[in-house]
Amino acid sequence: MTPQDRLIIVAAVPDPRIAGLRALLATMNLPGFPGVADPANPLFPFGAFETIHFARLVVLEDNTLGDREVYPGLPKTEPTYLCLLIDCDGDATALMRRIARECPGLRKVLAFCADFGEGEDLARWMAAHRVRSAASYVNWVGRTVAQAREEARLRDLLREALRQVGAREPAQMLQALRAAVGPQIALTQPQPTPPGWRAANLVHLLAPIVVAALLLIVFPVATILVSAIALVAVLVALRRRELTDPIVENPYDPEWVAKLRLGEDHDVTNQYTAIGSIKPGRFLLGLELVILAAIDWAARHVATRGQLGRIGTIHFAHWVLIDGRRRAFFCSNYDGGHEAYMDDFINKAGFGLNLSFSSAIAYPQTDWLIRKGAWREMDFKRFQRRHQIPTDVWYKAYPGLTARDLARNARIRNGFKQPAMSDDAIRRWLAEI
Amino acid sequence: MAVFRRDIDRSDIQALAYTGFGSLRGASYLLFRVVDPPAARRFLGGLAIASVADIERDRLPEAAQCAVTAAGLRALGAPDSVLQRFNPEFVEGMAGNPNRSRRLGDIGANAPDTWGWGLGEREPHLLIALFAGPDRIGEFEHATRQAAERSGLACIETLQTSELGEGEPFGFADGLSQPAFDWDATRTPGTRADRVFTNRIALGEILLGYGNEYGFPAESPKLRAGDPDLDQVGRAGGVGDLGRNGSYLVFRQLAQDVRGFWLWVDAEARRAGADPITLAEAMVGRRMNGAALADLETGLAIPGVEPSDRDVNGFLFEADPDGLLCPIGAHVRRANPRTGDAPPGFEAPIDNLLATLGLTARRQGAQTASTLPWERNTTVWPHLRQEDDAIASARFHRILRRGRAYGRKIDRAAALDPSTPDPEAGLQFICLNANIARQFEFVQGAWLANGKFAGLTGEQDPLLGNRQPFPVPPVSAAPQPTDGFTRPSADPACRRATGLPRFVTVKGGAYFFLPGLAALRWVTNL
Repeated sequence: MTPQDRLIIVAAVPDPRIAGLRALLATMNLPGFPGVADPANPLFPFGAFETIHFARLVVLEDNTLGDREVYPGLPKTEPTYLCLLIDCDGDATALMRRIARECPGLRKVLAFCADFGEGEDLARWMAAHRVRSAASYVNWVGRTVAQAREEARLRDLLREALRQVGAREPAQMLQALRAAVGPQIALTQPQPTPPGWRAANLVHLLAPIVVAALLLIVFPVATILVSAIALVAVLVALRRRELTDPIVENPYDPEWVAKLRLGEDHDVTNQYTAIGSIKPGRFLLGLELVILAAIDWAARHVATRGQLGRIGTIHFAHWVLIDGRRRAFFCSNYDGGHEAYMDDFINKAGFGLNLSFSSAIAYPQTDWLIRKGAWREMDFKRFQRRHQIPTDVWYKAYPGLTARDLARNARIRNGFKQPAMSDDAIRRWLAEI
Repeated sequence: MAVFRRDIDRSDIQALAYTGFGSLRGASYLLFRVVDPPAARRFLGGLAIASVADIERDRLPEAAQCAVTAAGLRALGAPDSVLQRFNPEFVEGMAGNPNRSRRLGDIGANAPDTWGWGLGEREPHLLIALFAGPDRIGEFEHATRQAAERSGLACIETLQTSELGEGEPFGFADGLSQPAFDWDATRTPGTRADRVFTNRIALGEILLGYGNEYGFPAESPKLRAGDPDLDQVGRAGGVGDLGRNGSYLVFRQLAQDVRGFWLWVDAEARRAGADPITLAEAMVGRRMNGAALADLETGLAIPGVEPSDRDVNGFLFEADPDGLLCPIGAHVRRANPRTGDAPPGFEAPIDNLLATLGLTARRQGAQTASTLPWERNTTVWPHLRQEDDAIASARFHRILRRGRAYGRKIDRAAALDPSTPDPEAGLQFICLNANIARQFEFVQGAWLANGKFAGLTGEQDPLLGNRQPFPVPPVSAAPQPTDGFTRPSADPACRRATGLPRFVTVKGGAYFFLPGLAALRWVTNL
């Protein structure tokens, strides 16, 4: 299995250069499709990198810093950054070096950043500006770009061949399909899982469990007592903040939403980028860090097969903290329209939205961390549209395919390669085609 | 008659929110533009609009209803600052944004610039809907139109309808499944009961100002104390909430190609060796006479479905996850998938909690006679099948349909007979909702026009789809077709049709607001 990795590069752009940067970024897109990258654009030909699932270049320009006036302790301004975010197969560091070698055009883009000098060593500069996400989600750990593409092609071929098959018996039909399609397609074999990744993953999986178990075994009474006291203290502190934090209005700006919509619904998948400030105070920050660590843990070890909770439409998502953890940005790639994405989220995972975003300034008021909040539907929808920013350049390696398509295509491939299947199994397999 | 909550002012609500005027079998929809605002306001002020209270008191021989677009409110003199408080979708208009058109499927032959009305100078300001007996409707229409045109309004379209009771032009019974609104306020949305489908829906899903399915008041253009616009409104009749008792009215004129439909169905049935009526009924998801598809279990007790209606509407799709009894892509299954809050089969508290956390294994032991067999084969099907939980909970996405058919009706035999002249027929589609984005646009965009509905690929609604490939080059290497239709079957032979032509074409459309009568008085006093 080839695990997925991410490359996130964040670098400040001086204000006077932003307009020029945006203008340059726009040239990377397909004419008439704002925000949709031309896979062959000369500045960063994403399509030439066969391990990139999704990529985006986005100017993280925050329109909501004004909300900070209710918290006078927070700085009034923050830098504007350019972010390059790539989801890829295999080691992102290796990909970064390859990009540095093969994408001289990227220099033109990065030259807008504050500290990108003439003759800069691209690889070293990128490494210096690389940041880690606080939490990341991958729809299907181990599914590669090559696999997604090949399996889509396999399904197309099978669909076509199925119309020509004369046989009616399941076993005969399977045989006929294999004979017709087999020679037309070569399916790449899965690579062995890198041992280093496997070991690190195991440690990440076990660390919290082992620590908790050890504490419980060695100091059972103290651990339970301290946990209980801590829980009560956290709840009291949380409730106090919920009841006393200033409520910030989220006005609706039709022109802003119209701008965001320009880049939406050109494909079955859409991009989402949002940025905002975290409420001040060590307590909420600490809580946010714990929650994001828990999300990251669950995403790595539990939600690895097509669903984040009940949400089956997200390909990749990342939560990243910046500016000394005063702000965060969130990026995702989701199937379907924006409104449907938000409804899906509120109704199926509203508690998750509340957990991961309620420490943001102007987030709709929550009750006990997980209640209300996002269920204040219109307030939440205005909040998220206000914090959303246009993704300047967005690339997807498999247009037209949803996460569900990819999962189904993988099931079809498994059946295609399966040496022996019962008639019942073949019937279901045929129905999937 | 429903029981009404006591604080509902029935004399303020236009009757259309409560009734489709079924006993008045003639209807006509007049679309106007405002030419002379003061005269138009006076005319509107004098127009007799039937309220819920009116129709409760008497059997009216005729009734008029009035709705206005954002452009209309502007033309009548409503200040922008007030207009901006309405639903943003309403303010932008149905044809006002290319992204909206993409989502609604209004591209290609459905694109707003091909419409007979709805765009630019042909964007209506006012809709006056008239209902009367079939012998009286012509006269009523003529008189109303003349009076309006003498009073500062220009009629841009008179949309007539055929007599009610004949079904829609393809020949199917229509308007059978409607949400039952909670007029007596007995419903608390979001409880455990909603884990399964409910047809009883909070009043705030059609009327602004009342609690909606999230348990919050449906957003309404309100003017608070200290608001500079309040004076003006207060002067006009004492309403601080212009939305109260109002509803957003979505109007789309949908032309139906009846001959094309039956020609294609017949050809495809021949190709697949199927019965044409059975195929057409599978596409619709109901029998032509409106009955549920034969093998679906009916008679279920569903909240909001009257016991007398259980034969027709007492069914769910969750016992048929593979669409063997009713295709997943069938029109009625897309338009109302009858889903609850919990994934089907996970309604019990612990199951629901596990499902919410994403910890479920695939549907356990839920194999029914209608399901394709699951094999415990972890190589091919390693984990749960997400398609089972792909569809949003229906209670957030219901609309109240109030449309009527138009044109001359021909049956299948006549449609297939080349000597029959091409009939012009279709549906004046009208629906009411309180949140255009979450209700009408969601149903249209995420369920009907979506080529990926419920894990399907390459097929839109078999009746309403525009058949436009999506995505198209250069976004994708090749155009991805959306003109398929799959009838799943336990029989392994291919039951997938391709190359469906477009049977329905959008000819016009607009978002209106159907105001409460106090708010209408505010408009007429502007």
